[in-house]
Amino acid sequence: MHVTNHSINAIMRIIFLAFFLLWGVQAIAAAVEVKNFDTPEQERVYNSLISELRCLVCQNQTIADSNADLAKDLRARVYKMLQQGKSRQEIVDFMTQRYGDFVLYNPPMKAKTSLLWLAPLLFLVIGLLVAWSVVRKKRLATHSESAHDSAQSEEIRRLLEQGDDR
Amino acid sequence: MLKFLTPLLIFAVLAIFLAIGLNLNPREIPSPFIDKPAPPFTLQTLEDPSRTLSTADLNGQIWLLNVWASWCVSCRAEHPVLNRLAEQKLAVIIGLNYKDEPEAAKNWLARLGNPYDVSVLDMEGLTGIDWGVYGVPETFVIDKQGVVRYKHTGPVTDKDIETIFLPLLNALQAE
Repeated sequence: MHVTNHSINAIMRIIFLAFFLLWGVQAIAAAVEVKNFDTPEQERVYNSLISELRCLVCQNQTIADSNADLAKDLRARVYKMLQQGKSRQEIVDFMTQRYGDFVLYNPPMKAKTSLLWLAPLLFLVIGLLVAWSVVRKKRLATHSESAHDSAQSEEIRRLLEQGDDR
Repeated sequence: MLKFLTPLLIFAVLAIFLAIGLNLNPREIPSPFIDKPAPPFTLQTLEDPSRTLSTADLNGQIWLLNVWASWCVSCRAEHPVLNRLAEQKLAVIIGLNYKDEPEAAKNWLARLGNPYDVSVLDMEGLTGIDWGVYGVPETFVIDKQGVVRYKHTGPVTDKDIETIFLPLLNALQAE
């Protein structure tokens, strides 16, 4: 028993170690690109922009996370546009003009994207309705059950009393 | 009765949505350029870098822009299809040689045949970004007015030519 505990501990330790080591690798990979910024504000905008734009080749990554060629090119383009004094909105417009709203991880609310935005609300409402109907059914069931109980116990009491009489 | 129907209904709805999801192609991102003027470019030609071709030169004719590269595996699969399309001379076919080495590109065309009327060089991929290119090969169809009418992402197959490109080119020709 003691031995198994030990080996489980050892396995857990290895898993955690591997996890943190790999995490470190990813952080290093992302940090390789060195860019110089004129102002800290510019750097902040750059970092927030590249983590908001989708890499279209590897669709579940932002261009900040991805090392795909296109992601590198788009990062370079964002950087260049910032250096040219372009605003955040101008860069977002530049990207959506070329790649559509899909390039944004935070798509704007439009007729086309309304389902995307409203679906969570819709599911919440459905969930609440289901919960409400389940609770109501349960409550009705307990009510009739207790009514049934009292009628039954009344009957038992009567029978017991009759028994006493005999 | 309702007790049995409800789960069945939920299952049916779920199955329908999942089936739709399975049949969608997440790589097919609708191009924002459809029915918009083609993004202009003026680029050196692959055959002779001292000469340039610009989108304005192509006004008045129907043309295809095929984004390709010698390093692109799917382009190789697509290449014979393009060669066959070029033989039919239905539209001008312009190749955008995307992030490629001109020497490698020339060799590639010499070896596999050249379906392009002209290929232009986009070694930095800047024109690619302007056209919203994200996966080579891509094929755009541009009408006589210089408006993008269709975009195909990924290799064009004979079936695509048959069902999409030929009808579209004929319709554009009649416009």
